[in-house]
Amino acid sequence: MARVVVDVMLKPEILDPQGQAVQRALPRLGFEGISDVRQGKRFELEVEGPVDGSALARIRELAETFLANTVIEDFTVKVRETDGTERTVAGSDVPSEGAPA
Amino acid sequence: MTTRIGVVTFPGSLDDSDARRAIGLAGGDPVALWHRDKDLRQVDAVVLPGGFSYGDYLRCGAIARFSPVMATVIEQAKAGMPVLGICNGFQVLCESHLLPGALTRNDHLHFVCRDQRLRVESADTAWTSDYERGQEITVPLKNGEGGYVADERTLDELEAEGRVAFRYLGGNPNGSRRDIAGITNEAGNVVGLMPHPEHAVEALTGPTTDGLGFFTSAVKKLVTS
Repeated sequence: MARVVVDVMLKPEILDPQGQAVQRALPRLGFEGISDVRQGKRFELEVEGPVDGSALARIRELAETFLANTVIEDFTVKVRETDGTERTVAGSDVPSEGAPA
Repeated sequence: MTTRIGVVTFPGSLDDSDARRAIGLAGGDPVALWHRDKDLRQVDAVVLPGGFSYGDYLRCGAIARFSPVMATVIEQAKAGMPVLGICNGFQVLCESHLLPGALTRNDHLHFVCRDQRLRVESADTAWTSDYERGQEITVPLKNGEGGYVADERTLDELEAEGRVAFRYLGGNPNGSRRDIAGITNEAGNVVGLMPHPEHAVEALTGPTTDGLGFFTSAVKKLVTS
């Protein structure tokens, strides 16, 4: 079965107090040199059937309407290839694959 | 005939019974509504109560927004039915896009639970007509994700159109932009706020009875309409 990954991140202009709390804890734990941390969400979807254009269009829609709140969050949709690499196919700032640029 | 005001119970709602009680004290007829039921049982208005619907999974209000009852609430709200979202209900209204913006984690990361002073900024809504513009009220506030955010253009629009309904006084409790505690839609029938007016309707249990005006406003509006 094919796996599609949806990453959701708060938009850069939205304050991320959880990420800040993580960043502030780092020096105390002996990790120096990390100036900023942003925390997000990763969804791994097991897709039944082929991951073709229409499947990806549906996944993009579900990411845009449900997994992310696009008022405050950006998302990217990636397909995980058989060799383990991930290829970005859609997202808040990425036109859907096959769509005119 | 009395005014029927529905209160939706989602799995994880906490303040639905207090909301029904407040409606009764205001002279309305409270009607319990169930999240899986599309039927609104002929109510004249709906309250979406506080709590943690669906465990706040994914985002606060994100799953409740797609529940069967919300399909009808969204349709009726667009047709002018008064809808009040309190705390988690406000989050559901923003996720439903009935109100602009979103609620995010409190900037200081702590859960807040305190009596909160507010200024009524608009008495021109279905839920605030029993208040005076500029009136100060005190009602409980309790949230972990109550920081109101929207882009600058949306915030400017809300201000220009008089759609900021309530503002925090005496310190911003959660990092809300421009101290916004509650807003309304363009038509004034949909109102959302983080503080809890339904917990301030009786001297025995509330800090004040300042919250009763939300419910008497709706009851009066519906009787005269």
